[in-house]
Amino acid sequence: MAIESEVLVIGGGLAGLSSALAAARAGADVRLLSYKQSTLQNASGLVDLLGYTHEGDGPLTDPYDAIPDLPEEHPYRTVGVDGVREAMAMFDDVTDYRGGHTDTNALLPTHGGTVKPTARYPKGAAAGLASDDRDVLLVGLGSMVDFDAPHVAAHLEAAGVPFDARGVTIEFPGDLRADAKVTRYAKLLDTNGEVAVDGRMVGARDALADTIEPHLDGEERVGLPAILGDDHPGAVRAALGDHLGVDVFEVPMGPPSLPGLRLEDTLFEALDEAGGNFETGNPVVDYAGEDGHIEEVYIEKTGAKIPVSGDQYVLATGGLVGKGVESDREGVYEPIFDCHVPHAEDRYDWFDLEVFGDHQFARFGLPTDEQLRPLTADDDVEFDNLRAAGSILGGYDFAAEKSGSGVSIATGHAAGTTAAQEVQ
Amino acid sequence: MAPSPHVVVIGGGSTGAGITRDLAMRGLDVTLLEQGNLTHGTTGRMHGLLHSGGRYAVSDQASATECIEENRVLRDIASHCVEMTGGLFVKRPEDTEEYFERKLSGCEECGIPADVVSREEAREIEPHLAKDIDKAISVPDGAIDPFRLVVANAASAQEHGARVETHSTVTDLVVEDDEVVGVEVDHSAGPGKRVHGTEGGTEEIRADYVVNATGAWAGRIGDMAGVDIEVRPSKGVMTIMNSRQVDTVINRCRPKGDADIIVPHETTCILGTTDEEVDDPEDYPEEQWEVDMMIETLSELVPMLQEARTIRSFWGVRPLYEPPDVGSDDPTDITRDFFLLDHEERDGLDGMTSIVGGKFTTYRMMGERISDHVCDQFGIDTDCRTADVPLPGSDDFTVLRDYMDEFGLRSPIGRRSVERLGSRADEVLKTDGPNPTVCECEGVTRAEIQDAISQSGSDLNAVRIRTRASMGNCQGGFCVHRMASELHGVSASGGSADGAAAGEYDENVARRAWDELLQERWKGQRHALWGQQLSQAMLNYALHATTQNRDNDPADGDPIDFAAFDTGSGRPGGATGADVAADGGRTDGN
Repeated sequence: MAIESEVLVIGGGLAGLSSALAAARAGADVRLLSYKQSTLQNASGLVDLLGYTHEGDGPLTDPYDAIPDLPEEHPYRTVGVDGVREAMAMFDDVTDYRGGHTDTNALLPTHGGTVKPTARYPKGAAAGLASDDRDVLLVGLGSMVDFDAPHVAAHLEAAGVPFDARGVTIEFPGDLRADAKVTRYAKLLDTNGEVAVDGRMVGARDALADTIEPHLDGEERVGLPAILGDDHPGAVRAALGDHLGVDVFEVPMGPPSLPGLRLEDTLFEALDEAGGNFETGNPVVDYAGEDGHIEEVYIEKTGAKIPVSGDQYVLATGGLVGKGVESDREGVYEPIFDCHVPHAEDRYDWFDLEVFGDHQFARFGLPTDEQLRPLTADDDVEFDNLRAAGSILGGYDFAAEKSGSGVSIATGHAAGTTAAQEVQ
Repeated sequence: MAPSPHVVVIGGGSTGAGITRDLAMRGLDVTLLEQGNLTHGTTGRMHGLLHSGGRYAVSDQASATECIEENRVLRDIASHCVEMTGGLFVKRPEDTEEYFERKLSGCEECGIPADVVSREEAREIEPHLAKDIDKAISVPDGAIDPFRLVVANAASAQEHGARVETHSTVTDLVVEDDEVVGVEVDHSAGPGKRVHGTEGGTEEIRADYVVNATGAWAGRIGDMAGVDIEVRPSKGVMTIMNSRQVDTVINRCRPKGDADIIVPHETTCILGTTDEEVDDPEDYPEEQWEVDMMIETLSELVPMLQEARTIRSFWGVRPLYEPPDVGSDDPTDITRDFFLLDHEERDGLDGMTSIVGGKFTTYRMMGERISDHVCDQFGIDTDCRTADVPLPGSDDFTVLRDYMDEFGLRSPIGRRSVERLGSRADEVLKTDGPNPTVCECEGVTRAEIQDAISQSGSDLNAVRIRTRASMGNCQGGFCVHRMASELHGVSASGGSADGAAAGEYDENVARRAWDELLQERWKGQRHALWGQQLSQAMLNYALHATTQNRDNDPADGDPIDFAAFDTGSGRPGGATGADVAADGGRTDGN
């Protein structure tokens, strides 16, 4: 007999977690199945709603304002402006992210030295806002090749930021390996572990602040790459800030991204508190059902196929990166339910020749009806009890629009909420 | 003794670099001109096979004999560019026994060590060979890094006083009284090392002799002097796999045919190739069917290729040439021999010789013949030494193990650095600061990147060909911005020919170089965009566009009205206040 739930969510990224959370908060019996670590480890941890229109206009100051003009197939059009607002309210309720006090986008510095529009940002990034006019000292580590502080500072100035930015490179105190992992620094700062400085042992937080202090030249805020603790980032920032007498912030980074992982942890905790179940580590590989109705899905576990069933299903397995959408030389497909993925027949039409051109592959994903149910090539509903959310949806280019997190949260919330309504 | 003549060599591929080194070592004053990077043309677009000669042992025994001879020379003088993988000519049941025997006897006739190996033995050497192959012939094929080799030749030439100018296009030949007396050059970023954003200039270089070593482009140089050089460019596709499905070179043992070779190369394998005549060496179709056909056909030898991950494909053009009276219809019939066209003898135009045709493996021998010819023009009688003197990086290659110990380089990354650098490991890797890995796919450290920047200026594409950074699985997705950061702030002095201090590479220079490499890395991936590589492409796109907003970089676009955006909660017009740094977390007190 299968393990049974009312709502079964497949996928543990932002969309899956938002779906499960919405369904659980609506009172449904929810189970979330996730395979590997989600793509949140690749994500900066910023929550973008809409930074540019589909036609490239922007940066937008008000993301909500632009939603009604998006193309009809855009997932935001499916859930509507109110749907997006409700979803963001849930997000704000379960996280300590900033930005919810206004509909206006924030601009955040990136680790490459540009700025980007985003709707919500972690507390740790708040003092780094690019529209804040206080001067900035950026501090990089000599061995951290992803964040070259002098280069980032020079790039920010070229981007026209309304403050002076200066970058310095220091060596992290103690005798860490040149290729120490991000998590090594974070752990050391979390525990305030002792490091050797001039032959005596000093707590890592004080030692780091001591190293930075001589470089300060009147700046009121100091930015570091996002390595400032994993479990206790607030305490780490506070300790550094008190010692230096400035505001300390983190610049979001690429993978492995601590802010992304912290967000994942926060949402799993919220799901737990809301009474949702979750199970990680094994992929969903197949399903059983007929007449457009899913009976159960199968998890592959040490070679065996374990059936798991729900009344309602949410598919949030991601896009091309998360492998919710796959491809081979013949075409593009959705691997679990074989839902229809529209794509050009000739794979040379899948991309543009310019690196940042209008790539069709960026919009690969499932078309849906107004309830987020995937549609066949003939516009029929694939399964009456399956909804899709997040990057697996087609019809939008999250990278160009800076809309990835927002679409995941908004469609996740909508799919989870509707699924819960169906079972009640 | 009279001052040595000034020779201009046009073309920075293997042949041009080889000639330049040879002439410089003989004491001549030489300038090498290349329109792009070193290896920009045909040399940078080959599969990196160091021929044993086996390939030509039936069809062209003269070439085969030259190949095995030069194979031995290059193992000697370019040891850090060569990996002696060995090679197999594999016979499938549908390939004829007769050809197999002719291949075997041909190898013997040309002095190429060759042994028959049974199916079982072949599959022991290469477990992924198809189960139903018949047998194979083993030969001393190898892999060679064309980038490293050409850079080493150019470096050696410079050590012997030559001037090497990349990104310098010859726009005209200066002809006076039926004699070529110089060239006009357009430098894209000023003479010397390339610096992005530096204004270029034109230069007339007077020369006693001009060597046209531009391969498939030779006809264009000929046109500038009104002489006709009928090169027949022939394109071939190569596909790069993300791992080494085989560790020896795998050839199909049958007469000429497309898609019949797999060359293991560093961390990858390169599948080759096709042979199709084109009109223009720079503008020809690159088509999906060519890639598909190659994967299908080579899967007959190594079935796992059918499902394997490819990371990009690229096309090269062979500079095929045949004397006007031969008239082959099929480019695969055209000889791979090289031709020295003395335009004085041929066209009544003094002062210039063109070299066309030929093969990468015999580049040094071609250089020797041309250099002999040039020296003849001036009555200079100096011996060629290029077969005896190791290239920079290849001296004392036997001491590699010592370097490993000295630098504590036991990790795979260190091992690969030392293998790439050869005897230069010492000078490059001895660094005071931390030496983190910049390109993880290929294990390239900061010290190597910095060394390459010191050689090639702000051109990150030139840094790439020297180090392999950005050439692995991720195709630069994780390292192009890091490479740009390595460039930023580095001293650019010493780069300009006029001796002026050039300051350092600023943010704008680094950004231009970054854009250029990102686009260059994208270009070849489009032929591999399915499966895992399409997933990688989407991740790269997300990392650059979503995380960094590089597609809307405000430094390149319209000014942003920063004041119109959120300035933080609870503190209008300014900072976010102390709560940011000090307040507690939601659940765990952080």
